[in-house]
Amino acid sequence: MSSPVLRLSGITKRFGPLVANDAISFDLARGEVVALLGENGAGKTTLMNILFGHYVADEGVVEAFGKALPPGDPHAALEAGIGMVHQHFTLADNMTVLENIALGTQKLNAWRLDRTGARERIEKMSFDFGLAVDPMATVGSLSVGERQRVEILKALYRNAKILILDEPTAVLTPVETDALFATLKLLVAQGLSIIFISHKLNEVMAVSDRVLVLRSGKLSGERVTAETNRSELAALMVGQEVEPPPVPPVAPGELQFVLNSVSTARRASGTALDRTTLSLRGGEITGLAGVSGNGQATLAALIAGTEVPTAGEIIIRGTAARDWSPRAALGAGIGRIPEDRHAVGTIGDMSVTENVIAERYRSPRFSRRGFLDWRAARKFAEQVIADYDVKCPSPEARIRLLSGGNMQKLILGRAFDEEPSVILANQPTRGLDVGAVSYVHRKLLEARGRGAAILLISEDLEEIMALSDRIIVMSKGHLSAASARGERTIAQLGELMAGHGVEAA
Amino acid sequence: MDAFEILLSASFWVAAIRIASPLIFATMGELICERAGVLNLGIEGIMTAGAFAGWFTVYSGGDLWTGVLVAALAGAMFGLLHATLTVPLGLSQHVVGIGITLLATSLTYFTYRLLLPEVTSPPKIEPFQPVAIPGLSDIPVIGQALFNQTPLTYLAFATVALTAWVLYRTPLGLAVRAVGENPSAVEAQGISVTAIRIGAVMVGSALMAIGGAFLTMSAFNSFFFEMINGRGWIAIALVVFGSWRPGKALIGAILFAAFDAYQVRLQQLTGGVVPYQIFLMMPTRLSAKQLRY
Repeated sequence: MSSPVLRLSGITKRFGPLVANDAISFDLARGEVVALLGENGAGKTTLMNILFGHYVADEGVVEAFGKALPPGDPHAALEAGIGMVHQHFTLADNMTVLENIALGTQKLNAWRLDRTGARERIEKMSFDFGLAVDPMATVGSLSVGERQRVEILKALYRNAKILILDEPTAVLTPVETDALFATLKLLVAQGLSIIFISHKLNEVMAVSDRVLVLRSGKLSGERVTAETNRSELAALMVGQEVEPPPVPPVAPGELQFVLNSVSTARRASGTALDRTTLSLRGGEITGLAGVSGNGQATLAALIAGTEVPTAGEIIIRGTAARDWSPRAALGAGIGRIPEDRHAVGTIGDMSVTENVIAERYRSPRFSRRGFLDWRAARKFAEQVIADYDVKCPSPEARIRLLSGGNMQKLILGRAFDEEPSVILANQPTRGLDVGAVSYVHRKLLEARGRGAAILLISEDLEEIMALSDRIIVMSKGHLSAASARGERTIAQLGELMAGHGVEAA
Repeated sequence: MDAFEILLSASFWVAAIRIASPLIFATMGELICERAGVLNLGIEGIMTAGAFAGWFTVYSGGDLWTGVLVAALAGAMFGLLHATLTVPLGLSQHVVGIGITLLATSLTYFTYRLLLPEVTSPPKIEPFQPVAIPGLSDIPVIGQALFNQTPLTYLAFATVALTAWVLYRTPLGLAVRAVGENPSAVEAQGISVTAIRIGAVMVGSALMAIGGAFLTMSAFNSFFFEMINGRGWIAIALVVFGSWRPGKALIGAILFAAFDAYQVRLQQLTGGVVPYQIFLMMPTRLSAKQLRY
């Protein structure tokens, strides 16, 4: 084996009492794809930020091409040929692709920005590596997948030899993910080395040559991808065997919730519904698959009460609902797990207690004559914390300090408290680690077991297939016919997701 | 002369461009700061300090252009103070900005009293004189308005062109715009956000100070209290009016100044029948209307 392009030796980083990285060492060879696998909070991003110079390590050395990098200097990392594609894109939305890429690549005292030269180079690179994007387009008008290509082009434009991708697929559709993997293959063929950070086992298996597993800041294992399997990696990642949850058979119950030919207002953003019909039965999980942006958000908003029907009716247990609103939805026994737990599900700067009573603070349970009953509220918060195994310092803690998994557990506790007969679970496991994902799945199956009607909206096809009793695919605002468990293959569902052969159900 | 004829007179347009000049400097200064992501509410005070610094330099025997340079340096120093507090130290831009305005204004008045303790009427200097550009200044109306002004007015127009060039045509301008749009994009490309912001605020503040100095060294010939009279705040509104673009902001400044010049003439025309405050409201109304968008 030739000398490594990148070598990390004994990297240690502490944040107060927390050891985020504990004596981590590894090498990266030319033309190699190394996956860095670990749960959220395992220290992957910290390690990469040290490598790229955003953080200074307490101990250890980073060497690129045999030379030690000065710590805490992103510019030196760039110069050494390290390019990083951040999980949260670092692009200026109001500027063009060309401007974003050229930024910082030309001398700041130059009298003129060389746009023509930059454009030619970008176009050549886009062509060579299958990274199609218009250099003159404004970044704000691009899709998420295109923005990621811009990020990759930014690194390549600077002649990066080592590319770090931090959770690159978290924001991509399955099709975009495949395109990304194809690009990575081209890059590796050109002699680039890639570090691929992920917590998704299937992707790591698909794309990498070698896997490094991080757990609680320590390197818990290193495997050659061809000689390992998913369950071994999962065990290394969480420290125990993870099994898919058993799905016991449950006889479908009564119709709990029906959308009868419902339409919604057309808006500039978001796909409107046009005479959509959907029915949910008790004891059944209905999985709604689809690429995001095909109307799922509108459908979810409608069920949650934040969107009102302009035509058609919402029927709950046989009665048509009037004056549809979030409060009406709650009153009708709909438990809601919102898609974005930070922006919609919680109020970050308010306490855990305030957040858990947010849906019900007006009920006599928590307020008397217009005054909040803080004792009852706190008791409820403590009960949710205990029942749902939420790790938080106290019910008074601001909820933004909690990890994603713990925040989601609180939201489950809040939504499931009064045993809702209908549950809207919109992307309930997005961004959660393996442990938290299986917890959420167990809770959804428990609710199914006691007879709740559940709508599971997810972009993760495997999740949909594992949990759902029936699967519906949403594409361009339309719902496909439902298929029973195991009736359609992943490929068939993918066809429907791409919009082939969709007819109104 | 009726209300419409005013609009066709050369003297009206000469006045409009003269009134616009300090606004143009101040607006470009604020625009540069805001493009780099710093709202500079110190503008009103920085203009006051610039007005005094430039004027006093000339009053104590300095050359007029030396006065402009001193004003610019004074502005840059307040800009450095503003940027140091808001960028590396991360203090609130609103609080620091208002603080700088109060500090710079009071410090200027205090210095004035200290340096000129016994004056009762404001002492005068010999200000910049109009320089007619041969040929061009003979064009009717427009020629007088645009090509028979003081050198500082020409500098104001040149500043707009230079600002636009730097912002859109140079790598430095790209970095300044990107810093305002998304600092982490700039950070990730290995450029120091702090350095770009401090530089932009210093340059912007220097321009604001030159705008102030225009009043004491070109429009008038002496310094008196309260002479900035809200022009800094108008400049902030004009930046928004111009959607953060130098060319559009220039048009806004001229439009505002034209309204200002027009209302003075309308006051004379109506001979006190209409309360003059109504006319004073007109130009401000223009910018307020624009702010709603």
